Amino acid sequence: MSATLPIAQADAPLPAARRDIAPLLLVPAVVLAALPFMSFPTWITLTVAGLAMGMMIFIMASGLTLVFGLMSVLNFGHGAFVSVGAFAATYVLLPMRGWLETDSLLANLGVLGLAVLLAMAVTALLGWAFERVIIMPVYGQHLKQILITMGGMIVSEQLINVIWGAEQIALPLPAALRGAVFLGEAAIEKYRLLAVVVGGVVFAALFLTLNRTKIGLLIRAGVENGEMVEAMGYRIRRLFVGVFAAGSALAGLGGVMWGLYKETLVAHMGSEIMVLTFIVIIIGGLGSVGGCFIGSLLIALVGNYAGFLAPKVALVSNIVLMIAVLLWRPAGLYTKGRH
Amino acid sequence: MLIQLLSGDLPRSRALTAILVAILLGLLCAPFLFSGARPLNTAATICVYIVLVASYDLLLGYTGIVSFAHTMFYGIGAYGVGIALASVDEPTWGAIVMGLVAALALTVVLAFVIGLFALRVRAIFYAMITLAVASSFSVLASQLSDFTGGEDGRTFSVPELLSPGYTLMENEVFGRSIDGKLITYYIVFAGCLVLFLFLLRLVNSPFGRVLQAIRENEFRAEALGYRTVVYRIWANVLGAVVAALAGALMALWLRYVGPKTSLGFEVMTDILLIVVIGGMGTMYGAVVGAALFILAQNYLKTLMGQASEMLSGVPLLAAALHPDRWMLWLGVLFILSIYFFPIGIVGKLRLRRAAR
Repeated sequence: MSATLPIAQADAPLPAARRDIAPLLLVPAVVLAALPFMSFPTWITLTVAGLAMGMMIFIMASGLTLVFGLMSVLNFGHGAFVSVGAFAATYVLLPMRGWLETDSLLANLGVLGLAVLLAMAVTALLGWAFERVIIMPVYGQHLKQILITMGGMIVSEQLINVIWGAEQIALPLPAALRGAVFLGEAAIEKYRLLAVVVGGVVFAALFLTLNRTKIGLLIRAGVENGEMVEAMGYRIRRLFVGVFAAGSALAGLGGVMWGLYKETLVAHMGSEIMVLTFIVIIIGGLGSVGGCFIGSLLIALVGNYAGFLAPKVALVSNIVLMIAVLLWRPAGLYTKGRH
Repeated sequence: MLIQLLSGDLPRSRALTAILVAILLGLLCAPFLFSGARPLNTAATICVYIVLVASYDLLLGYTGIVSFAHTMFYGIGAYGVGIALASVDEPTWGAIVMGLVAALALTVVLAFVIGLFALRVRAIFYAMITLAVASSFSVLASQLSDFTGGEDGRTFSVPELLSPGYTLMENEVFGRSIDGKLITYYIVFAGCLVLFLFLLRLVNSPFGRVLQAIRENEFRAEALGYRTVVYRIWANVLGAVVAALAGALMALWLRYVGPKTSLGFEVMTDILLIVVIGGMGTMYGAVVGAALFILAQNYLKTLMGQASEMLSGVPLLAAALHPDRWMLWLGVLFILSIYFFPIGIVGKLRLRRAAR
């Protein structure tokens, strides 16, 4: 009778998984490692530029990785949403040219906000339709999924050409966002600051939604084990459609940002950025939002530093970085069940 | 003899046989049937694409691997010959062989390494990795302009026997002078025929059967004692080598290599469309698909232009029928064919025969 099992106290904390912080340290490590090789102002400029670029990539890639994590659907047509978002924004940005030319930051941001809302609404709707028409019939068949989403992308790109014309569209930055601010000797482009802010907000919103709300809990549970969530009585299908539409809307937002960054729109801009987003979500670990965030920043920062230090190396820096990460962690920085 | 040549894999459908014979005869006699440069160019492109698509089918249709790096290997073959010929003063056959050997070596190494690295994991992973690698490669090719000629690519001269100015005989044969262009065409034609028959042999060998077993059920194939990773890497390397050879033939024909024609993502989507529309998992699908696709590419546009003009009053429809938008309709056809007849044209034709 004396040998009793140790019973956990009711108020003792649940056993938590050990936090995996090594990937978190990668970004600061890369940033600091680059400092000795260049002057301080250059370093600031490049770092901010890299962060801005990384944030934009993250916005575009986050939807992709969530969709994959939840339903193991890899959408090769995701890039089409990026293009469609950017082109949809022209419906606001071009007629309201006058507002964008005034030097008032508030008016500029108001118009941009409107454009972003429209772009996100259009891409969310498109994403919903895409899921219903294109992807739903081929669940669980990876080969067909790859092929059919590819087909979806080809058709979407062509439709963009049909609707908005085949010529490229010039999209100048709003007046208040042109040029750079100076921080000591370091020049920082204003638009990049905006991109960092927007990216930060999106990441924070995603993070809070995933970690602090019931829907987020269900999504995370769905990524971990979809069947179990279904067995508990939740309609994971409906959840998934919602995530897909939200991911598409994020791609649309990213498309507007990317289009303004490039200042020209072409129909295949989405498929060009696709490659980068794929590399990012491979690095991050398929299905992990946090990994995707770190991956985006890494890719953009390393690309920027390499572009400054050794332009020829920058051409392959993405691949080299991907291989290096995969050699360290063969399934990406964070994998299912680890995060 | 014919059965042996086709490795026992007969068309198994009367209609399909008729189509295949028509394509073969058409390609064989193309220089004499049509006059002018354009039809001959179309015919040569069809030849090369048949091989390129068939080698891709070895991966997609027979093994169930989705690769986006196939154009990379095609491009390596083309650039190998192109750079070798462009860097020598006097174009010789030796230079071609040198370039080809270097290109094939690079192809084998790259295909092997990528395969080793990525084929161990899921199909989807391989698709993504190859997409990333191939796009980096194409950026690299267009940036290293000292070596590859950059965006403009490189034009080069071919050995005298193949140059258009060369005439073999004084008098004409069937109203056509036997010039270098004609000789090049037949080299391309013969090369493609041999490569195609090789692929046919390959997929009907025990090796090919194992590949199909892997496609159907990898787990079971492994349980039967086949080391599936090894087989997949082999299929990858062989497909890549054939693609590189096809690229070399294309470079010889065009006397030009450039990133757009040989490395572009458009070429990759073309290949995907042809494989799926023609029929996955059968080599004859590549023949029918490539012939249809290239013909459509060259001649459907004219038709669409006329339709577009007729509908010039209707706003969106006219734009949708614009000759440059022909990929839209093929894309729709592609999606529909994945849904409703994933076995493709050839599969349908064979099915009709089987049902009877």
